[in-house]
This record gives sequence, structure tokens and C-alpha cells, in this order.
Amino acid sequence: MRAPTFFASTVGKKIVMAVSGLIMVGFVILHMAGNLQVFEGAARLNTYSAFLHGPAGEALWLLRAILIIALIAHVVSAYQLTVIDRAARPVPYVKRELQAATVASRTMRIGGVVLLIFIVLHILHFTTRTLQPAPLAEGDVYDNVIASFRIWWVTLLYVIAMIALAYHLYHGLWSSVRSLGVERGRLNPFRRPVAITLAFIIWAGFTIVPVAVYFHLVS
Amino acid sequence: MELRARVPDGPIEKKWDKHRFEMKLVNPANKRKFTIIVVGSGLAGGSGAATLAELGYNVKCFCFQDSPRRAHSIAAQGGINAAKNYQNDGDSVYRLFYDTVKGGDFRSREANVYRLAQLSVNIIDQCVAQGVPFAREYGGLLANRSFGGAQVSRTFYARGQTGQQLLLGAYQALERQIGKGTVRMYPRTEMLDLVVIDGVARGIVTRNLITGAIESHTADAVVLGTGGYGNVFYLSTNAKGSNATAIWRAYKRGAAFANPCYTQIHPTCIPKSGEYQSKLTLMSESLRNDGRVWVPLAKGDKRPPNQIPGAERDYYLERMYPSFGNLAPRDIASRAAKRVCDEGRGVGPTGLGVYLDFASAIQRLGVEAIRERYGNLFEMYQRITDENPYVVPMRIYPAVHYTMGGLWVDYNLMSTIPGLHVVGEANFSDHGANRLGASALMQGLADGYYIISNTIADYLASGKLPPVDATHPAFREAEAQIASRTTRFLSIRGTRTVDSFHRELGNIMWEYCGMSRNEEGLETALQLIPKLREEFWRDVNVPGSADTLNQALEKAGRVADFLELGELICLDALERRESCGGHFREEYQTPDGEALRDDEHFAYVAAWEYAGQGRRPILNKEPLDFEYVHLAQRSYK
Amino acid sequence: MNFTLRVWRQAGPGTPGKMVEYKATGISPEASFLEMMDVVNEQLTLKGEEPIAFDHDCREGICGSCAMMIDGMAHGPNKGTATCQLHMRSFADGATILVEPWRVRAFPVVKDLCVDRSALDRIIAAGGFITAATGGARDANDILVPKVAADLAMDAAACIGCGACAAACPNGSASLFTAAKITHLAELPQGQPERFRRVIAMVAHHDAEGFGGCTFHGECQIACPKEISIDTIAHMNRDYMSATAASREEKAAGGTG
Repeated sequence: MRAPTFFASTVGKKIVMAVSGLIMVGFVILHMAGNLQVFEGAARLNTYSAFLHGPAGEALWLLRAILIIALIAHVVSAYQLTVIDRAARPVPYVKRELQAATVASRTMRIGGVVLLIFIVLHILHFTTRTLQPAPLAEGDVYDNVIASFRIWWVTLLYVIAMIALAYHLYHGLWSSVRSLGVERGRLNPFRRPVAITLAFIIWAGFTIVPVAVYFHLVS
Repeated sequence: MELRARVPDGPIEKKWDKHRFEMKLVNPANKRKFTIIVVGSGLAGGSGAATLAELGYNVKCFCFQDSPRRAHSIAAQGGINAAKNYQNDGDSVYRLFYDTVKGGDFRSREANVYRLAQLSVNIIDQCVAQGVPFAREYGGLLANRSFGGAQVSRTFYARGQTGQQLLLGAYQALERQIGKGTVRMYPRTEMLDLVVIDGVARGIVTRNLITGAIESHTADAVVLGTGGYGNVFYLSTNAKGSNATAIWRAYKRGAAFANPCYTQIHPTCIPKSGEYQSKLTLMSESLRNDGRVWVPLAKGDKRPPNQIPGAERDYYLERMYPSFGNLAPRDIASRAAKRVCDEGRGVGPTGLGVYLDFASAIQRLGVEAIRERYGNLFEMYQRITDENPYVVPMRIYPAVHYTMGGLWVDYNLMSTIPGLHVVGEANFSDHGANRLGASALMQGLADGYYIISNTIADYLASGKLPPVDATHPAFREAEAQIASRTTRFLSIRGTRTVDSFHRELGNIMWEYCGMSRNEEGLETALQLIPKLREEFWRDVNVPGSADTLNQALEKAGRVADFLELGELICLDALERRESCGGHFREEYQTPDGEALRDDEHFAYVAAWEYAGQGRRPILNKEPLDFEYVHLAQRSYK
Repeated sequence: MNFTLRVWRQAGPGTPGKMVEYKATGISPEASFLEMMDVVNEQLTLKGEEPIAFDHDCREGICGSCAMMIDGMAHGPNKGTATCQLHMRSFADGATILVEPWRVRAFPVVKDLCVDRSALDRIIAAGGFITAATGGARDANDILVPKVAADLAMDAAACIGCGACAAACPNGSASLFTAAKITHLAELPQGQPERFRRVIAMVAHHDAEGFGGCTFHGECQIACPKEISIDTIAHMNRDYMSATAASREEKAAGGTG
């Protein structure tokens, strides 16, 4: 019930953002686990890839559908909330000294845009192989990874994107559990250290792959 | 003027019941045809407006603040009394009644006080139902504490913010009615006159504080819940905006002003630190349980307190009142502080302060015990003074914080102008010459939730009021008077600010009509105040214009009224040739400095009647009979 | 002490305003910020200029009237204090201090530093109450309230309605104000019957007034003179979800009993 009211309200939109964000966080963790198989050699990673596109193909498409819906919901809500929030203060302060906001909380919007651009590039790169900074072959994920990340600017781009992801996740994780109503007394305390640790693990897990490849630690 | 108190007959515990039965009622369908104006949105006005609207009346509520939630009731800290006897410590309605009459030094009306004690019980129920988060025991029952000399534990509290929480309860009830459209709220609107037509109150004239528009509002009855007049002293614990304008204009339209000289002075406030000081902050009286009060023995001893050896200190309360010591009652402790400061032994930069020293308590009990008891108060003190009271003794000084006097009202809370009702601190009714701690909140809510909502029907149903609209000449005349007064303020453009006059009036009042008064001083004040008033109207500088938010203009109007009210206070203090409660006349004291009442000649309510500009007001007396609580001398030796 | 003030002056709603510089000289370090403003206003008056309009009343941090953005911080730099509780000793001698009104669309400037905060009253009118008309209450001890619930309710109820949360929020959101009232009433047994109805109505009204949404920057709880926690916002969101999921209300709406 009350769906229109719910989705129209700032609280409802925040809850949409939190749920869709957490879905994507879940995906990101799976994705990271998949990536790390690069350290176990070409066979392992390519088998995994073949499994995803073969036996698990339908599940993969279901997951992709969920992710696309989550992404759209996330982006649309973020856009709408940004419009509402901007309108709420038409005259800016001459001077504003923030006292509590973190770099992460302040860069959620710009960081989100960076990530959105990155996601598009990333899909065009490895999924559809529309963009080929280095020649890519279908099915040989391992070689594709090695070839791409030997190019310095590709690695740099991914590293920068992962920093954006880490910041986004840090504030996103911390605030979304609050948006979903978790406060003291329940899951106490889901505090900043938990969010920082998770964000750090995800950042490290993603960053280590292109960096290791670039420095020939994986070949 | 005839003062008809209209106290119902019969035994005291049956009077209110009987009266409610005997009063006329307004048919539910007819209630919405009556418009009631409520001025003020504090505990009395706010709760009254909400309750009247719940009953079906058409209510218009006015406040000068930007929101009804900001009324000064919000600042009350300690608590609210109720004769619940939840602690099984022998409390009863009768005991609360008895304590209040005695605490008021036998200058209140017994029947009103008894009703107040009866209703105290309902107030707590009502507030809890509204969601007031009173302190609780672990078992979920309400917690109580003792307060202000009562021997029973009957005070309910919500941390140090009881007034705030009670007001928010009333405010939320009021906002509910505003949301339903049964109350029309006029914030940032100040009542500047009362309109009386054919002898009855028919409306008010207001100024919209944002646009400056002067507007007339008609009504079938007017209720004033505009608080006390402690700001006549300039420095007080009242909010800066608290003022007497509404009751003063009503007085000038014919409402009698009762017992203006009864002002309560609280002994433990943070002293003033300089000329710029704009208000005084109260520190809880509970500090005197563990603090010792002293000043240096020698005059003008400017050494820091910890360099003054014990032998050169005068613990004057312990010396003068050996049995009560530092816990001597409010009025006595206040006067003693004034006396030592007048002797030139006061401390601090202004010399108007005494030490409240916790050193021996800290030595005896340890810092932690003191922190647990008074931590938040110490923190508040440190925030204001930047001194650490764990190390350096606190400095305290008495300050004005409540006025027992106010517009005279009968048992129905109606003033001497039919149709004009007065509730809360604005009326004179229940506290006599001295108010007990935690009783102000109780009275405000009793008046608003339970009394006015019942008694106003009796007035409305008793006679048919002819219809009236804002074009009536009486409204026009009042509007014109306000406009010309405003023009006058703005055209003087003198050399002194409004505040400088207010400060000077405050000094006169504090010096000659403060903690203790005498004939000579009061005569002096009665010379000085008219002179100051004359200078004010000649030399005040009110900048800006009338058609915009103009805070200097607002203040000018209020100070102009204080300059008249101050004179009436002094006159009343002069005429009351006895000492009672908050009114201490130096000529009338026992050999050991106690207040000496004169029940034979002064057991009456002094109700002053306005007699016209420049004429001495007329004193009317309502005799007080004490059938239940027998007259006795208060003693604290 | 001496200060240079740069203060927002605006003659009225809708008229353009600007920062104007004033000197505050010979100020006692013991003076409160508002007393310093009083001194400046006295001097302006005597010079024939119009004094600076600002809201204030109790001057002890409980009425919620005072509202100034001082050096870009709501109620100034100190924690847990309203503007009236800020003393000049918190500033360096000779400092330049910027003073601005709250800037939120829902709080239009009335004059100089005074803004219209009636939007907050309307949020309360939309549902920030327990329907309990005078008269019908049962004995206050009939319903037990666990101490913890009473204390949590009191924590949230301490809100003084000053609007600093919205002023400090980078999104111009009054979520903390709204959530504090929702939490206060939802913690108490007396608040249960209207709990869901209340949160839906208050959130809807909060949005309708033009406030922004919460992104948990945490600026509000730092600015709050009563140090109300953003946990109340989590509480509000949880109640909002429960209220949306519950369908009793809508079914009942058919019968106008």
C-alpha cells in the first residue's frame, strides 16, 4: 500500500537507494571474489568464466536484470533527491564550515557520477569488448585481463575508479543501514569502523588485480 | 469597584464540584458560534486554547514569539507538584492545599488553592497521556522528588526540562487543533489593547510584528495568559520578551491589578558580570544542600577565594541561622546576601555576589559524589562563567524570577471586566505573597486545561452578547490610539536607547523595591520613576519605521508600560505596611529579622483600579478569610 | 575585546540583502554572543542607523528562538550550545566574525537574521502529537513505561525547534527535527496507536515544506544545541517502512466511525 506516497517521499527514495545500493554491494563482493581467481592462474579464471556463461547463463542474466533495475533505481532516486536537496537551499551561505561531513559523504554525488561512467566503460571494455585498448579475445578472460592492465593508463583508470568506489561504499554502507532503520540497540554498533573495513577490503581486492598485472606479478 | 470573588459556598472539598454543577453550560452545537481570543501560548494560554478548541469553541490564539512553542514556560526546570501520593509518604490534596496557603504566607484565596490542589492530580494524568516523558523508575512507575521545603515527595519532573516538556505537550495539543482549523494561530503578533464595549471585553487590537499592521479582532470572550511582569526589574530570569503590556492595557481598560508588589526573588542565580548583561540565569536551589555560602570578613577583600584563610571568612547563613544554615528559605537567604554585599563584602568584579563553596563537601564526599549530584549544573555554571566550580567557589546572587501579583480574578478566573479572563502567572490567584517551588507549572496547567474551559461557558451562557464587528467605534478608537503612540515613539529620536531606560528603571526597582523595601526608599522610587518616564517620552531613540519588523519599537512599547507598572508596584509596596512572603518591609520584622505579618490590617488582596492618566489609582480590598488553614507565623529558626 | 562583524542585512522578505561590516569594540569576554550584538545595536541606534534584527528570547538555551550561522556554523563553533550560550571568550581578540541567517528555502528571511520557521510548527500540526483531548486521561501510573523508553523519549523530546539541523544540513533537510518528534512519541506506549499514521503524515509534510532529504552527513547532530542523535532518523525511517508495509490504516479509512 501507499506505494505512490512511499516513492514520492524523501525517506522512501532514501530507502530505495539503500536497498539498491546494498544489492550492488553484494554484487561487487561476488565480482571481487571472482576477480581474485586471477592469482590462481589462467585455467581457474577461464573455467569460472565459462561456468558463468555456460551452465549458469540463465542465472547470470537474472542477476544482470536485478543489477540493472537496482542501478536504474539507484541513479533515478539519486537524481531526484539531488534536485530536491538543491532546491531546499536556493541561497547559499557566504561561508560554510562543515563540522561532521566526511570526504566520503561530500563526494557521494560526484563519486556516483564517476562510478556510473566507469561502469559504462567497464562493460564496454570487458563485457561487450566494444572498447579494446589491447586486443581482446572472447572466452580467454585471463589473457584479456593481462593484456589490458599492462597498459599504464588502463590500470590508472581502474585504480582511480576503485578509489571512487571505496569512498562511495564507505559512506554508502554506513548510511544505508541507517536509512534502513538500524540504530543503537540493534546490530549495535554498526559504526564507521565496520564500513571503513568493508570499503577497504573491497578497494584492496579490486585494486590488487590491475596493479599486480601491471607490475608483472601475474603473467 | 466591587470585588465579587464568587467563591461557591459549602465545604472546601466540595466547592469545585458543586460549582461545576451550578454553572451554566453551552450546548455543544452552539460552541462553535462563540469566538474566544486567547493571548499567550504558554502553559496556561496554550493549554487553554487547545482545550477550548477541543470543546468546540472557535479559538484565536496570539503570541509575540515566532512560534507558540517558545513561550517562557519552557524555561522552568525543576518540576510540577501533584498530590498523587504515589510515594505513600502521607501526601494528600489537603496537604498540598495546606502547604500552598502557608507557603504563600496567608495571602491567597483558600478556595482557589484547594481547587488547584485537587486538579494537580488530573494534570499529571493528562500530561502522561499526551506523551510528556516524565522521569520513571526502573519498574515503569513515575519518579518523584522533593522540592522547595515540602516534607513529601510530590514533584514530577522531566530531567531539568520539565517546563519545556509540559509546554510541548500543550503545544502539540494546540498544533493538533491548528491543523484541524479550530484554532487560528497568530504568531509574531502582539496584543496592544483590549477593547471593552458596554462594559464587557469584546476583543483586542494587535500589531503584526512583521508587517506592522494594526489589526482588530472581535470575540465573545478574551483570555489573557501572558505571564508575569518580572522584567520590570530589567535583569531577571525571565525571557527577554516577557512583558506586561497585555495585562497593563487591560488594567488601563478597567481590570483591577492585584498585589503588584509580590515579587519572588530566587537566591541562587549567576551574578551579573557587567553593564552589558541582558538577563540572569537561575541555578537550581538544590546546590545549597552541599554548598556553603560565605563572604570575606573584611570589607573590600579582593584576594582570590582560596587565599582567604578560614578564619577570615564569614559563613553568614550558618552564623545567622544556626539551625537552618545554608538551607534557609529563599527570601531569607536572598536578603542576607544583599545585606553582606551592601556592607561592601560582596565578591566578584561587581561586588554583587557571594561564594557558594563546595570545597568541604568535596573533601567529605569526594569529587565523584559531587559530580554525580550536580554535574550538569556545574557544567552549566562553567559554560557561563568559564570558572571551574570544582576548584573555585561558585559566585551566586539573588535575582527576580516570578511575580505572584497580577490581574485580579474571581473564582471563575474572570477579571473585573466581564468577559476578560486571566490565567497562569498573569493573574494573582493562587500563590499569595510567595510561590512554592514546582507550583507555577501546576497553576498554569490547572487554569488552562481544567478551569477556564469550564468557567468560560458560564459567562458565555449567562447573557446574550450583541454582535459586534471591528468597525465599531471602540475598535477604531483603540487602533487610533496605538497608531498615535507608535508615531510618537518614532518621532522623538532622542539621545538614549530604550534599553538604557529599561536598565535605569530596573536599577531603581531593584534598589528600592527589590529584596527588602522601606518607606523612605519607596517614596524615593515614586519620585524617580515618574521623572524617568518623563525623560523617556522626551529623549528616547526608537529607530526605524512602523511598517516592518522593528524590535526597538516593540521594546519601547513594553518599557513604556513597565515605567507605569513600576510605579504601581512601589505604591502597593508602600501601602502594604507589613512584611509577607516576597514583600519584606524593613520596618516590619521580628527582632531576629523574620518577616512580620499584620493579619489584623493586611489580610486582604490589594486590587488597584486605574483612575485615569496622572491620577492616583484606587485601592480596593478583597478580605481574605482563613477557615481551614489557621494563620500562623512562619519561622525557620 | 574587539571584533569585526560581517552581518547579513536584509530589509524584508524578498528584498535583496548583503553582508555589512560593523565594528564591535570594548566587548567583555564574559558577554554572550547576543549581548555583544546588543552592544552593537545600541551603538547603531545612537548613530541613527537601524539595529540588526535577530530572534532571541530566553537566553539560556531552551526556547529555541536564537538562530545564527556564525562563521559558517549553526549556533557557532561550540558543541551543544545555542547562540545565546556562546560567549565571546570563544573567539580570538580582533577576529572577524561572519553572521548569517539560517538559509533554507522553507525558512524565508523575515529581516536581517530573523527567519520564518513556521514550517516546523506545520510539521508538528501534521501529526506530531498524541490525540488526547483534555479530560479522558487514565491514572498516570496505569500504563507502565520502562525507564529506558522514558529516557530515550526524553533524549529525543529535548529538541528546542531552533531549526539548526536544517540550517546546517548540506541538503537543507529537517529530518532531525521531524525524526526527533517521531522518536519521542514512538518510544512511549501512549504514542503507539497513532505511530504509523504520524510518521507518514509528518514525513509527507516535511517534504511538502520544501526541505531536502537526509544523506547522513551528520552535520545536524553536531549543530544541534541539544545533541540529538541521528539515530532518531534511523528510527523514523524504520517506522516509515513499517507504516508503509502495514495496511490496517488504509482498510480502516473506509469506515468513518
